[in-house]
Amino acid sequence: MPRRTDITSILLIGSGPIVIGQACEFDYSGTQACKALKEEGYRVILLNSNPATIMTDPELADRTYLEPVTVEVVEQVIERERPDALLPTMGGQTALNIAVGLAQRGTLSKFGVELIGASADAIHKAEAREAFKHAMERIGLKTPESGSARTREEAARVVERIGFPAIVRPSFTLGGTGGNIAYNREEFERHVEWGLAMSPVGEILVERSVIGWKEFELEVMRDLKDNVVIVCPIENVDPMGVHTGDSITVAPAMTLTDKEYQAMRDAAVRIIREIGVDTGGSNIQFAVHPETGDLVVIEMNPRVSRSSALASKATGFPIAKIAAKLAVGYTLDELSNDITRVTKAAFEPTIDYVVVKMPRFAFEKFPGADPTLTTQMKSVGEAMAVGRTFKEALQKAIRSLEVDRFGLGSLHGLDGGIPPGANRDELAARVRSALQTPHPDRVWHVADAMRLGVSVAELAALTKIDPWFLDQIHELVEFESRLGAAASSLGAPVAFPEQRVPGHLSLDPDLLWEAKRLGFSDERLAQLTGIETGELRRRRAADSLQGAMRGVTYKRVDTCAAEFEAHTPYLYSTYEGQCESRPTDRRKVMILGGGPNRIGQGIEFDYCCVHAAFALREEGIETIMVNCNPETVSTDYDTSDRLYFEPLTEEDVLNIVDREHPIGVVVQFGGQTPLKLALPLARAGVKILGTSPDAIDRAEDRERFRALLVQLGLRQPASGMARSVEEAARVATQIGYPVMVRPSYVLGGRAMQIVFHEPGLVDYMASAVKASPHHPVLIDKYLEDAIEIDVDAISDGRQVVVAGIMEHIEEAGVHSGDSACSLPPYTLEEGMVGEIRRQTVALAMELGVVGLMNAQFAVRGGHLYVLEVNPRGSRTVPFVSKAIGVPLAKLAMKVMMGKTLEALGFTEAPTLRHVAVKEAVFPFAKFAGVDVLLGPEMKSTGEVMGIDDDFGWAFAKSQAAAGVPLPCAGRVVLSVKDHDKPAALEVARRLRRLGFLLEATRGTAAYLQRNGVEVEPVNKVTEGRPHIVDHIKNGEISLVVNTVGSESSQADSASIRREALQKGLPYCTTMPGARAAVMGMEAALRKGLTIRSLQEYHHS
Amino acid sequence: MKKAILVLADGTVFEGRALGFEGETVGEVVFNTAMTGYQEILTDPSYKGQIITMTCPHIGNYGVTHEDVESRRIWAEGFVVKESSRRPSSWRSEQALHDYLRESRVVGIEGLDTRALTRHLRDAGSQQGLISHVDLDPRRGVEKARTAPGIVGRDLVSEVTCSQPYEWTDGSGVWAPEADGGSSEPSRAGRRFRVVAYDFGIKQNILRRLVDTGCAVTVVPASTPADSVKTMQPDGVVLSNGPGDPEGVPYAIEAVRNLIGWRPIFGICLGHQLLGLAMGLGTYKLKFGHHAANHPVIDLRTRTVGITSQNHNFAVRTPDATAPDSTGQAMVKTPFGRLAISHLSLNDESIEGMVCLDQPVLSVQYHPEASPGPHDSAYLFHQFARMMETNHA
Repeated sequence: MPRRTDITSILLIGSGPIVIGQACEFDYSGTQACKALKEEGYRVILLNSNPATIMTDPELADRTYLEPVTVEVVEQVIERERPDALLPTMGGQTALNIAVGLAQRGTLSKFGVELIGASADAIHKAEAREAFKHAMERIGLKTPESGSARTREEAARVVERIGFPAIVRPSFTLGGTGGNIAYNREEFERHVEWGLAMSPVGEILVERSVIGWKEFELEVMRDLKDNVVIVCPIENVDPMGVHTGDSITVAPAMTLTDKEYQAMRDAAVRIIREIGVDTGGSNIQFAVHPETGDLVVIEMNPRVSRSSALASKATGFPIAKIAAKLAVGYTLDELSNDITRVTKAAFEPTIDYVVVKMPRFAFEKFPGADPTLTTQMKSVGEAMAVGRTFKEALQKAIRSLEVDRFGLGSLHGLDGGIPPGANRDELAARVRSALQTPHPDRVWHVADAMRLGVSVAELAALTKIDPWFLDQIHELVEFESRLGAAASSLGAPVAFPEQRVPGHLSLDPDLLWEAKRLGFSDERLAQLTGIETGELRRRRAADSLQGAMRGVTYKRVDTCAAEFEAHTPYLYSTYEGQCESRPTDRRKVMILGGGPNRIGQGIEFDYCCVHAAFALREEGIETIMVNCNPETVSTDYDTSDRLYFEPLTEEDVLNIVDREHPIGVVVQFGGQTPLKLALPLARAGVKILGTSPDAIDRAEDRERFRALLVQLGLRQPASGMARSVEEAARVATQIGYPVMVRPSYVLGGRAMQIVFHEPGLVDYMASAVKASPHHPVLIDKYLEDAIEIDVDAISDGRQVVVAGIMEHIEEAGVHSGDSACSLPPYTLEEGMVGEIRRQTVALAMELGVVGLMNAQFAVRGGHLYVLEVNPRGSRTVPFVSKAIGVPLAKLAMKVMMGKTLEALGFTEAPTLRHVAVKEAVFPFAKFAGVDVLLGPEMKSTGEVMGIDDDFGWAFAKSQAAAGVPLPCAGRVVLSVKDHDKPAALEVARRLRRLGFLLEATRGTAAYLQRNGVEVEPVNKVTEGRPHIVDHIKNGEISLVVNTVGSESSQADSASIRREALQKGLPYCTTMPGARAAVMGMEAALRKGLTIRSLQEYHHS
Repeated sequence: MKKAILVLADGTVFEGRALGFEGETVGEVVFNTAMTGYQEILTDPSYKGQIITMTCPHIGNYGVTHEDVESRRIWAEGFVVKESSRRPSSWRSEQALHDYLRESRVVGIEGLDTRALTRHLRDAGSQQGLISHVDLDPRRGVEKARTAPGIVGRDLVSEVTCSQPYEWTDGSGVWAPEADGGSSEPSRAGRRFRVVAYDFGIKQNILRRLVDTGCAVTVVPASTPADSVKTMQPDGVVLSNGPGDPEGVPYAIEAVRNLIGWRPIFGICLGHQLLGLAMGLGTYKLKFGHHAANHPVIDLRTRTVGITSQNHNFAVRTPDATAPDSTGQAMVKTPFGRLAISHLSLNDESIEGMVCLDQPVLSVQYHPEASPGPHDSAYLFHQFARMMETNHA
């Protein structure tokens, strides 16, 4: 059946901000869907609040709404745009829940909007735990024994029946949010309460645990003719009990016989038919008992997902694109396979390599968070690696994570054997106990256990990881000891590197080649053999000059295991005879991506890389993308001309450079990852495009940067540097407390802290030295109550255009990535804005920036201080681009290729008649017991944008988009530190004027009452009951304003903020934040919500 | 680690490690892209005369079990894999693959660039090759490969068929396709039909699926004349899969010709090709065959697509470019009446299925019994049953 002609316009809902469990994969799928639908000639209307997405680029849709993804907003969009259909399966759980909401409210039928992709009924059947269970029973499939509950009592009755351990799964949540494993009654009660609170419909499923069963996922596609194909079976190395997003996963499935796999495939086909997803993709999870083969269905997502993005990248089958086309009436046999060109989309990919995905965690950012892995997802990103064997892919995945590990290096100093004096049994006991519960380091502990002689069988019993995977790891561990033995027999005792003698240089080249085939990085080989990485590289080069064929080769991902020719250069490295890279002799540029998402480096940087690729394509230059993050648009095979799915390490990147010989490499868009490679690449003779590595160093190096500011006559907070505790204390006393301390060369404010006194500083030094051993600690004067400014500018070396000046809402000291900000500034005077512009231009000119530059300033007492300058694409580039309607990253790429800003027609930023507010989104809800206070260490995972005619509404929208809409009425509780009381008075007065009732803790209440504000006092938690938290728990409060100073008061009030978070209440932890909230509520009470598309904003 | 070589008749040489039985073997080198089911593949008699390359890089992961055989032994002449798992892991496993190969005296090779080999076979076509653990001289190897007998025109069927007729009574048991049974075709108790199955190299899963469908099955040797079958008075006849070139077994073509129209016939793979030849169509050798578990086949009558398991080197072709009729099916006139092309490969548009409109005959080029592979075509066994039912009435 060809495309439907009875519909002409389609509304697509995005997934909103990046949160744990919902990341860039939905930009990847949404972007594919937009492109596919536009290609078919439909009018596409898009709603997404996340400005850092490619899908919200105004060219991708006919109408783009950067507005909160809420039922109310979607209703307005529908009313304005009158789409014929709504495609809800591309925007994760968020879009699906909205679709259900709209269907329930009758909006869809009222405006005659058809749900395509999945019907409301199908969504309900798949997502409502009880309905799903019944559906499975109907088709004769087993699910773990369970019962649903809407109250604690009901839950208790269910667990009585099924016993412990039990799993609590809230309905309609994403990333397993609110899900948990309970081993006893006490844990159970806690998890039930949490689960009920987290489910948007207040329903949980209590389920018999199948912990330790093998876990599989199938990606299934179905079309209107009822054709069904399985795109890929994925097996989890970490068995049931660990969320699949936190598991190491492998494609294809490794340990199923054909009989078992076909039974699972049959089940998947029946499920998609029974649930009634009639067009598009679904993800179905199964558990298999390792000793009986018993098969149970765990869950189904009737939409594209993180796993479908992974399956797409793992096979080359573009699930979202095909799903979008199926949704408008095509059948699988009518769509072609882009990679082979000669075959159809109606087939099942088969692969001749192994894909390993590993999660990346950020527990170091959340002190107090429990790093045990459980049914609720906790990782913030992932890396995927492709190799010809599991062993090779696993080792590539490890180094793709960028966690300073280049292989299975020992966590217990066992790389050179058991150290003299160490007790093997004691060590083994320690490792065994570490393996009792799953946590992020599990695979390294497994390797260490093997080094200590623990058997595969015992490890399988301990971890429930399938022996097949364990044995593969064992092969690597055995090879390492073989290699170590060979090296030390040649005179290089690995455990004592200082005693190495040159004899080891004669290490057998065949052995080294075997190591490369097993996926060992040069870094790891250097650790194991004592041969320097550069030397390993030189030897391989010499070897291949002699025709030994021991160099790196590249193979293609082709969906079909080479049965048909692949026309898309989607490549991965391995060490085998034949290379399929076939580089062209065109002018080409290599773009280095950002690697796995982490806090501080996420979708914003991928956005910039994708724009760089688009810009180069427009200039007729071939693009080569290098990245290892399967969630991204940059790793879509049609984003660039050639895609290398590879780790972003010096070794892997240089290998590609050697093969492709690009005219230059772009490092300024992918964040810190490629930036770190700039100097090593330049040293290896690679041309870095745009701003020179020297200029980057001049901005990053403290001393050189200070000299630069002195030369330009710009002001900077007093600062110093220290390499020891004593030095730090001396410097801090000189500068005067409070001071901001941090290690050099960090991203996302890693280990950055404000310290108020010397004991705090001494404490900090202990952890900071751990954070970055080779770099000194930097100490800056902390400017209290300063306003922080972020600036993005673009320069062609001759002219600098200041594209956006953003005023932070939270004061300086809160990490810029965590702070809300307003473009244009909402309190700064025109003179100061001019001064910011002048200084930015001076900095960019002096540094010789070619491309993008981000500068951060602080304004205090009429003075402007330069905080830092980053001559690269920043996190705010997409936000500014969307706010001003200019694709900055694209322009920057063209500038780097030699175009002038004048030639590009961008010599001045447009004057805005609207205000855009960016707000950060935090993962606190995922980490029980973590405080929500903001500080210099970045903690947010994503961002949203609110855009409107005035600041108040733009701010209010940003809050709604972030999931905590401001209240219109009710009761506000205030509890602020002394320093903030005058500011709180103003806020309180304005709240009263808006009709809010106020209550405040004793000190705050007294101050307000003294100043004539009507307020009821309430007990602090330490002052007896009922107290402030009781009020929050009882639902009497609609907004919390809580600022704290000392650490003891932070601890006292943590439960207030935690409770507000749990209740989903808006809370302000800074006074500027509270003031902005008041402005938002004032605006909202003045006039109702109105929305406008980006196209209207930028063309009016 | 003992070295081994694989050489092709065109002089291409791959080095690897010895796998399985120590020795030397020749055969036509083909590749199979299935990701599961290596044991079913090894024991499929259709691979007689061939050395199989698995494109999936890890083979042997789940070991072997006596339950997953498709015949009484391994028929493949040799086995080529990227990496054979040293330690199998499965609750079903009884033995490691390398031990199984050694016991079965099958010579294999691992550790070579199987993707490069596959690409070469794809571009140059499948050809004779040799695996040796004992003579690593490639020049001698190429010579042996060149002089080894090919599969064109050769009767490989006589080497794999049974010597005596026998009854088959096992069904699929717990491994019966889920899409089958209950939902579309309620399974009726008892044996409703008597079926004679020609063993041209029959896969046991064809027999199990026939039993699942309610058939009492008698398996007969390939050389059984049509008259002998007729005296057995079955309700239908199944023509099985088998190795090699259909033109190499003229006696089978003859028997088939005498059975068309007498009772319903269901042809599978080689059986389908024999039907084609018996009705006057031709066959030809494919460049590198179809050996996979992911091939899409469109049923032209319903325009629906099934993912199929395939294993053939030859295919049926219609006399000249036969234009499809309004229903999308190409119609061919044969001495037995009208023949409709019912199924086509979506990959290369080769013929995947035929139905006689004037006789109770149905055949497919692929494997509706799967094993290994998807169960999407299980419905064909029911179509055959309906055909037998209608024929009775």
